[in-house]
Amino acid sequence: MVLVLLSFVILLFSALLALGLSRNPHRAQDAGAYGAVAASVAGLIPSVQTLLSGRTATLCLPWPVPLGSLTLTLDPLAAFFLVPMFILTGLSAVYGVDYLRHYAGKKPLGLAWAAFNALTAAMALVFTAGNAVLFMLGWELMAASSFLLVLFEHEKAQVRRAAFIYLTAGGAGALLLLASFSLLGAGAAVLDFSSFSAPSRGLASVVFLLALCGFGLKAGFVPLHIWLPEAHPAAPSHVSAVMSGIMIKAGVYGIIRVLGFLVPWQEWWGWTLLFIGAASCVLGALFSLAQHELKRVLAYSSIENVGIIMLALGLGVIGVSVRAYPLAGLAFAGALLHVLNHSLFKGLLFMGAGSVLHGAGTAELEALGGLSKRMPRAALLFLVGSAAACALPPFNGFAGEFLIYIGAFRSLNSAGPLALAGVIAGLSLASAGALAAAAFTRAAGTAFLGEPRTERAANACESGPLMLFSMRALALLCLLAGLGAPFLLLPAARAVGSAFGLPSGYAAFDAAAVPLTYISAGGLLLLALIAIAAAKRRAFLGGKIPAEGVTWDCGYAAPTARMQYGASSFAQPLTDFFQPVLRKIGQYPVISEYFPGKASFSAEAQAVFYNSFYYPAAARIRDLAYRFSWLQHGRLQIYIMYIVVTLMGLLLWKL
Amino acid sequence: METIKPLSQYLAVMLLSPLLLGVINRVKAFFAGRRGQPVLQLYFDLYKLFAKTPVYSRTTTWVFKAGPIVSVSAVVTALAVLPFAGRPSFLSFEGDFVFIIYLLGLARFATVLAALDTGSAFEGMGASREMQFGVFAEPAFFLGLAALARVTGQTSLAGMFGALTGDSWRVAAPVLALLTASFFIVLLAENSRVPADDPNTHLELTMIHEVMALDHSGPDLAYILYGASLKLWLFGSLIGCMVLPRHSGSWASDCALFLLVMFAVAAAVGVVESAMARLRLTIVPYMLITAFAFSSLALIFQLGR
Repeated sequence: MVLVLLSFVILLFSALLALGLSRNPHRAQDAGAYGAVAASVAGLIPSVQTLLSGRTATLCLPWPVPLGSLTLTLDPLAAFFLVPMFILTGLSAVYGVDYLRHYAGKKPLGLAWAAFNALTAAMALVFTAGNAVLFMLGWELMAASSFLLVLFEHEKAQVRRAAFIYLTAGGAGALLLLASFSLLGAGAAVLDFSSFSAPSRGLASVVFLLALCGFGLKAGFVPLHIWLPEAHPAAPSHVSAVMSGIMIKAGVYGIIRVLGFLVPWQEWWGWTLLFIGAASCVLGALFSLAQHELKRVLAYSSIENVGIIMLALGLGVIGVSVRAYPLAGLAFAGALLHVLNHSLFKGLLFMGAGSVLHGAGTAELEALGGLSKRMPRAALLFLVGSAAACALPPFNGFAGEFLIYIGAFRSLNSAGPLALAGVIAGLSLASAGALAAAAFTRAAGTAFLGEPRTERAANACESGPLMLFSMRALALLCLLAGLGAPFLLLPAARAVGSAFGLPSGYAAFDAAAVPLTYISAGGLLLLALIAIAAAKRRAFLGGKIPAEGVTWDCGYAAPTARMQYGASSFAQPLTDFFQPVLRKIGQYPVISEYFPGKASFSAEAQAVFYNSFYYPAAARIRDLAYRFSWLQHGRLQIYIMYIVVTLMGLLLWKL
Repeated sequence: METIKPLSQYLAVMLLSPLLLGVINRVKAFFAGRRGQPVLQLYFDLYKLFAKTPVYSRTTTWVFKAGPIVSVSAVVTALAVLPFAGRPSFLSFEGDFVFIIYLLGLARFATVLAALDTGSAFEGMGASREMQFGVFAEPAFFLGLAALARVTGQTSLAGMFGALTGDSWRVAAPVLALLTASFFIVLLAENSRVPADDPNTHLELTMIHEVMALDHSGPDLAYILYGASLKLWLFGSLIGCMVLPRHSGSWASDCALFLLVMFAVAAAVGVVESAMARLRLTIVPYMLITAFAFSSLALIFQLGR
């Protein structure tokens, strides 16, 4: 626990130092990055210890804030989120040093590092807070510091728009959370999590819904996701990695915590979570297939993965409410493993996208191509991340999804509604998996493979050593977490245990350990076979030197880069099929003559939910608000009178 | 002895799977009134290709060379999980079919990336269609397996096929028939057979799987062809296990019977190819949706029982 405090102190101190050194950007960078790395190391030690021992540590300090107490709790659930958080923030800081270098002198790097370290400290506070007031403090600090980071390139109108949508979503979420915490702690002197008790049935549902929407606005599942694909791509890439990798998981963490307060659960909560998850994972994957910018592809893929986590939570809640504990244990463990795995591979992927931005100056898929020749190392690492994101063995994305699949298939063989839940879960996972595979082969293939489509892509440069170091570390962790998934099962079990205290949940983990071990064996077999096949191929070649030529284009003599399949054409069969959902707008050439002249084609992915629901709703609210604009005079006296009248009213009501 | 059985099953699959394509080609030749290739033609081709020096496009990178290696390794790993004649192989565990499906996904991923690495419009076209059909085929396949899990009450492939007996067919004939039909459609699409794709066409525009291998040559092409034959075996043996539920108890006779059924499945593919024309590309998704409908019908019947 002392080390966690130490990590807070380091983070805040280095944030202030970076801010103070703003005049000298390189030293500000050093201050921020060294601070973040040191804090990560300091924070990782107690978190890993907690996961290994399963013990909970609590620290209580006096704090004169009403309803508040400075209670920090490090239980296995918090530790399970802290471990990927510290890994990702530390590595992102290392990456950021190289990534931000060419902004020196043009941008306030001191402020950026101060915000980054404040964001890290805020997330650590969110995961360890044992009091609702303290939690909200961390939550708002997290929102504010990430808002500053999203605004990093504020000269672009699109970035400003993204940041304001983000701010609105964050504010709305915080309001809902305040309401739900007040209901939970009604009557308590101090809003400590340990003093929360489950309210009555109807009120519990209200708290659940408030928390679901409040935390959902951070987690970014459908339909509360609209800010995510705007804000995550706008931030600098190492910040996008942190935001998509772990910050949205704070929302997942909150939902798990609140579920822990609300035992006994009601079955319909589980169904709500299940349907939200199913919709998010399928729609997230589908929307990511239609995007034209690499970071937006990744942002929508985060929506998909949060959907997978919510789906698993839903299956687990349904399982517990019909007393199918082993199944619920599998689903919860799958959800937590996916939290860890997603933060590793999504961090890697956003860093890969950052390398593309850094090397080629753009992340528009149609302007890229052939980067694997100019930046071979980053290309390899991005492909590893893509494979992990498609849940392909032997990488880590598979392990968590596999547990959810087993849970789903086990529930198939039980009676009634549980079987239906299993079918929904398995089917949405399978559909989302196939769509994600299409989205990632499309993104990786268009950006890194083939011939460069523009001058910029042709002159791209490889990333700096620190960027490559962070990406290599994450890629290695993706492989190790895939092969070593059986070892992660017990920590996940402890985290589930500390969150929900499931009666016989641990039995499920014994059952899951065996298949996961087989999968590790299968992964090793796969790696061995790949090595054998590669060696065999070399033996077959036997020193013969392969001939070189042009790509076979059916006898056409002068293929050009523009004839390649691009991102739009690759996705077209699928996006056309799902047009009723995607509603992309575009122009297709109509060929009516025998010798057609120049033709143009355009396709644009729409933010469907924003355009067809949120924007009209906001316009309606604005119109309504105009009708009350007579209340707003701009005269101070009248505003003071409003306050006096309100206070009088409250006084009378209390009398 | 008990440890040798799975190993010899595995070896048999590795050695015999190229034979299936030979059978398909002979059946097609018979319908067309030709003599056709020797049954062992693919073995000759593989032998020839392994000795050849490959040609590489200057556009390609290591991804192009890694594609065939990764995809054949993934399929070989998947076959280590697949039961043989309803008997478990050496990697058999709860949820093993999920592992198989994702290994096939890895093979697809590697093949598609290798195709995109050539920068060819044709290979890009094939890659795009391959991913599109995957989106429709995978849910159908999953739902089918879910229905089978529900019929047998098992959650591993060996468990499901081991629990499948002649009695299951008497009790749940409609469900199992629907599932077999669904798996057969998925087999045709996943292995790029007529009516989803035509491996023999001379026009690159109309091909899907073959077009992705246009630029591969030498040992790389040999890996791709061998991997394709293994994949055909994989899907074929699911159907074989479905339609051959009887277990006599004698390993040797079970295996022999199973091999016969496998050749019958190959012959059935040949008959379909001879009797049908290739579907228009835009219709293929609907064929896969039919498979999806069969699977979901089977599941609904089974859930309602």
